Amino acid sequence: MAIGHDAVLSEDDETTPLEYRHENDVLRIYGFWLFIATDLVLFGTLFATYVVLRANTAGGPSESQLFEVPIFTAETLILLTSSFTCGLATFQMHRKKHGWLSFWLVVTVLLGATFIGLELSEFITYATHGATMQRSAFLSAFFTLVGTHGIHVSMGILWMLSILYQLWRTGLNSTTARKVFVVGLYWHFLDVVWVFIFTVVYLTGVAH
Amino acid sequence: MPGYDRHHPTPFFVSGDPMIYASDVLIALTLVGVVFVLTYFRRWRWLWEEWITTVDHKKIGIMYLLAALAMMFRGGVDSELMRTQLAFPNNHFLGAEHYDQIFTTHGTIMILFMAMPLIFAMMNIAVPLQIGARDVAFPYLNAISFWLFFFGAMLFNLSFVIGGSPDAGWVSYPPLTETPFDPGPGENFYLLALQISGIGSIATGINFLVTILKMRAPGMTLMRMPLFPWSVLSASVLIIFAFPALTIALALLLLDRLAGAHFFTMLQGGNPMMYVNLFWVWGHPEVYIVVLPAFGIFSEVFATFSRKRVFGYTSMVASLMTIAVISYFVWAHHFFTMGAGPGVNSFFAIASMCVGIPTGVKVFNWLFTMFKGRIRTSLPMLWAIGFIPNFAIGGATGIMLAAAPGDYQYHNSYFLIAHFHQVLIGGVVYGMLAGMYYWWPKMFGFILDERIGRWAFWLFNIGFYVCFMPQYQLGFMGMTRRVYIYPADMGWSTLNLISTVGAYLMGIAFVLIVVEILYSAVWGVRDTTGDPWDGRTLEWSLPSPAPHYNFAHVPVVTERDAWWGQKEARKKGEIQKETRPFQPIHMPRNSGRPFIMSLCFFIGGFGLVFEWYPLALVGLVGILTSLLMRSVERDTDYYIPVEEIQHIESNLGRA
Ligand code: HEM
Repeated sequence: MAIGHDAVLSEDDETTPLEYRHENDVLRIYGFWLFIATDLVLFGTLFATYVVLRANTAGGPSESQLFEVPIFTAETLILLTSSFTCGLATFQMHRKKHGWLSFWLVVTVLLGATFIGLELSEFITYATHGATMQRSAFLSAFFTLVGTHGIHVSMGILWMLSILYQLWRTGLNSTTARKVFVVGLYWHFLDVVWVFIFTVVYLTGVAH
Repeated sequence: MPGYDRHHPTPFFVSGDPMIYASDVLIALTLVGVVFVLTYFRRWRWLWEEWITTVDHKKIGIMYLLAALAMMFRGGVDSELMRTQLAFPNNHFLGAEHYDQIFTTHGTIMILFMAMPLIFAMMNIAVPLQIGARDVAFPYLNAISFWLFFFGAMLFNLSFVIGGSPDAGWVSYPPLTETPFDPGPGENFYLLALQISGIGSIATGINFLVTILKMRAPGMTLMRMPLFPWSVLSASVLIIFAFPALTIALALLLLDRLAGAHFFTMLQGGNPMMYVNLFWVWGHPEVYIVVLPAFGIFSEVFATFSRKRVFGYTSMVASLMTIAVISYFVWAHHFFTMGAGPGVNSFFAIASMCVGIPTGVKVFNWLFTMFKGRIRTSLPMLWAIGFIPNFAIGGATGIMLAAAPGDYQYHNSYFLIAHFHQVLIGGVVYGMLAGMYYWWPKMFGFILDERIGRWAFWLFNIGFYVCFMPQYQLGFMGMTRRVYIYPADMGWSTLNLISTVGAYLMGIAFVLIVVEILYSAVWGVRDTTGDPWDGRTLEWSLPSPAPHYNFAHVPVVTERDAWWGQKEARKKGEIQKETRPFQPIHMPRNSGRPFIMSLCFFIGGFGLVFEWYPLALVGLVGILTSLLMRSVERDTDYYIPVEEIQHIESNLGRA
């Protein structure tokens, strides 16, 4: 916030989306895109590490011995669907349908939680079979890459819950609209990262 | 991991060394002193309300500056200790372990806790004023960045008296830094302190990029923007794309150490070279992150003190951006000798040499800016002129190092030490000191004393050459870096002694600068006009120090060197007085949360250092709570009413 040029942007211009009507909000959305750029580099670095270390199993389990097609397919479908429902939430926000917006956010949160549950059970299964982070460089890289994504998704869930609370408290206005929009960006971004995890880690992993 | 004892015998408080006991006492005395002064003068409230909770970019800039000077002192003491040890052959002033710790803390502090905050200081102080903005894009985030840096630095320095300092070099390469070879909390301090301040740096990068791209005054197109914001823009882009690699490198090494993972170990398939690559993928852009803003400052200073517009503005911009891009393709020149093969080495050697081209363009542009200018050698200009020969030598030795086959000879010798000090001191420190002298009146309303300043400059400049020129020679003679002792028959003794004398000269110069600051605070010339150097850019159109909202009227810009243009027009009588009425100004509210949240980072980090997970959890919960509270906070900003602006401006004689 700050400079106070916001007189330039007219609040009741119906053609501007709700989240773009105040200078503050415009700046924040812009800043968030840049944050996503940094996060992208962060994941890129983790992917690079994974690709370098994936063959270093040190006699422990390898990718094709661990990954199970039905599990990671289910995870993928659930997360992709949640991205769709999150898109529906933004869509309803632009139509100013408060109730539908909250509904789709709740659905997104539930799908996200299911995804996290599945991922946790996947991790626990691996660990009980001795495939822990301490076993080999490959497993260290695997758990870190996929786990970092999982932590991001969990943060997203907490964040959406907080936004749901704020929507309930203050209704739909330019501030909450901006927050819904931004959390949507975040969620879609995580979906994109997952698509890469799906191909680079799981698909090529079982194909090896 | 089995096979070694993770429960190290290090005592909590570092003990056994008289120097450390002395520091314990000094730290305790300083703390007591600070508490006493604040209580005696009833300044606690002032400290909290005016400084700790501030979101004003000017005050944050000042805090960065003070913290950076303090860190320069700490890093400087480290360097003097090392030079004392190396002054004579077979010296026993410092032991081997102690020397290891000191070069590690010196390097880390100088780069991450001295150079970085110093550029952040200059960015905060000057960028919004130069582009005609009332603050940065995200003032609250800006405060978080500062406090994360501050507590990161505190955590790092704490290792000196609690737990033990890191001792594996400022690069912290595994496998040496893996637990079997380096047990104890020292390396954990390094990893967590850098991580915490690194998060703040990423936020600063985002903040300033948005500020510069989105908040310029009306009419200030990118190509009308002063060169310092341009340099900050390129540095911000570098921060955004380079720092995440450091985040990951540190996090993975921490996982190795705390969770027993195998990223960089020698066992179970780990690959230490992976760390080296990740580190330098950040590390090389990092040196440009600190030097590009210095280039920006030189551009401002050369133009102002030659009373000319800067020569070759467009090529200056182009070369800044070119350097930023090339800097991503040179990282492997830090480890030519690790055997990547001739193909890879040739690529990185050529890319490294290419950096010389845009840099050369800049140097010639500065020289042409001075050509036929009306030069005044005030203090900022003195440091700027001192920089040129320095950087020319540093650049030339850089090209020598970039020649991969040659580097097999110079690698990790004192030739390298001399080279990077020449560019880091000659480039970054000279640049930041020039900036400090230049913008000091804008920050504090008085000018730093010329006479003492000249003494400091000449002592430092001469001391610099006396210290580092012999080191090039020592490198050729086979002296490698990070040796703490050498026998008398190597022929190195005289040169080392000379070098140490130079280091002392620089130390005296630093003390003189501190004296100069204190002296000028009382007796310095006051800056009543707001434009003591006859400046060219918008910050000089404001009173010194500027009011907290900066511009009562957002300026409208029609050309480069906007303020100079206004002054010229005024001389010709073309500009009338400002007639626009005041409008309420939208400002962010102060907040204590950035401080508290960063304190939670510190607590959590401290817990992780000692693997006290409950404490780490406390920190984490504190961080999450702070984030959540901010998310639901609604009363985040306010409007300054017109009467108050009227009042402040007329008190400043401006309305
Ligand atoms: C008074 C000025 C300075 C003196 C006398 C000085 C001296 C030294 C010495 C003696 C070493 C250790 C060499 C060795 O044993 O390997 C060293 C290392 C280093 N210095 Fe400085 N230094 C100064 C300023 C700086 C500044 C301003 C920076 C950065 C901005 C810096 C960055 C470093 C780094 C990165 C290392 C390498 C640490 C390592 O080996 O891990 N120094 N310096």
